[in-house]
Amino acid sequence: METPDQIRDRLLSRFPGAAVSLISNPGPAAQHSLLLDAADARAIATFLRDDPGLQLDFCSNVTGVDWPDREIVETTRTSTPDPAGGPAKVVEQKTKRLQPGCLEVVYHLYSVALLHGPVVLRLRTGNRSDQVSLPSLTPVWRACEFQEREVFDLFGVVFEGHPDLRRILMWDGFKDHPMRKDYVEPDDYEWEPTPHGDVLAKAKRHYPTPAPAVVKEEPKP
Amino acid sequence: MSEPAPSSPPTLTDAERAELRRQGILLTSMEELYNWGRSHSVWPLQFGLACCAIEMIAASMARFDIARFGSEVFRPSPRQADLLIVSGTVTKKMTPQVVRLWNQMPEPKYCIAMGACAISGGPFKQGYNVLKGIDRFIPVDIYIPGCPPRPEALLHGLMQLQEKIRGQKISGPGAPRHLQADTTCEYPVPDFGEHDLVPPQNPAVWQPPVIVRKEGA
Repeated sequence: METPDQIRDRLLSRFPGAAVSLISNPGPAAQHSLLLDAADARAIATFLRDDPGLQLDFCSNVTGVDWPDREIVETTRTSTPDPAGGPAKVVEQKTKRLQPGCLEVVYHLYSVALLHGPVVLRLRTGNRSDQVSLPSLTPVWRACEFQEREVFDLFGVVFEGHPDLRRILMWDGFKDHPMRKDYVEPDDYEWEPTPHGDVLAKAKRHYPTPAPAVVKEEPKP
Repeated sequence: MSEPAPSSPPTLTDAERAELRRQGILLTSMEELYNWGRSHSVWPLQFGLACCAIEMIAASMARFDIARFGSEVFRPSPRQADLLIVSGTVTKKMTPQVVRLWNQMPEPKYCIAMGACAISGGPFKQGYNVLKGIDRFIPVDIYIPGCPPRPEALLHGLMQLQEKIRGQKISGPGAPRHLQADTTCEYPVPDFGEHDLVPPQNPAVWQPPVIVRKEGA
């Protein structure tokens, strides 16, 4: 199979206006993925499915990732040489910048016809609040239907063109998206024998404040 | 058992009755006969939620054979069932249906919470989508711990339930729920709220535990 680099180059030559970038995976799996822009995702997906060299006819997995807003601290070092010949003076300057968050949907594609894969596609929303729609790939791979519904349910990504976009795990009146990082679960804490970590923090909110010690007066003889 | 009044005739002990039974004389009371019959024909609802249901199915098959205890007739309809075995994880989405099944069963009815999930939420206790014990909505008679419990444990739980049925009175203040005129057998079915079930528990059945923790602990 072609490497993700080659697939990206072919996509760029086939779709000149599209933005396709390669996200490399530095881990030992080295499973690099292709980040597509939302506008061309449907056309690119159809091409990947129908291209005789790839024939990625099977979408095995659709999942979501929540990237919250992140503050990135960058340190720049400037060294000024000492005119008297001593050691150079190093000044560290820290700059903070806010990296806006987004929601990401990941598709794992295989080819049953040619027995190769996976090719990993990623789509990203504009932000996490109001620009959360992405094109649905269910018209391309029918197997995406339930999994896109699950991503809609748990992450809140709205798939444009999905045939039946409803919640699949939680009930219809449910308002939250539980897999988001800022989800606050209902407070139905119950006693826990050995709390630790997050559960301990939750448990402490439920412990009663210790009552003031009652001083027992000894009756005088 | 309360002490008999001095004027009443002396009652037989269990040993004397067993001795009479060996001689071919059967002495019994209405209560004992009634409870004996009920305790040996407990029909469970054919209903499973998760992996505990697999053990429940195994208990009904030839190797463990729940038929030895009169409970082999798994009923597909709640109208014909006496026993609800809550076998598995009860998600919040499934809770109204479980309570509705319980309401549809005729009295006298009993509930077994089988496995860690049905008792307390088990390994999913900290999850947002799992009910932390079916006893928040349904009065549970027998709790069977285990993850999942072995079929033997389910059989032991069933025998404990039979023991409980045999000890029930058919009149007086100790009579079970279905023989008391002023109790309702209808349990409120929770609604789906925006964030959780509404209400999150039935306060008539379950109250949150009062947490007492010593200072410095």
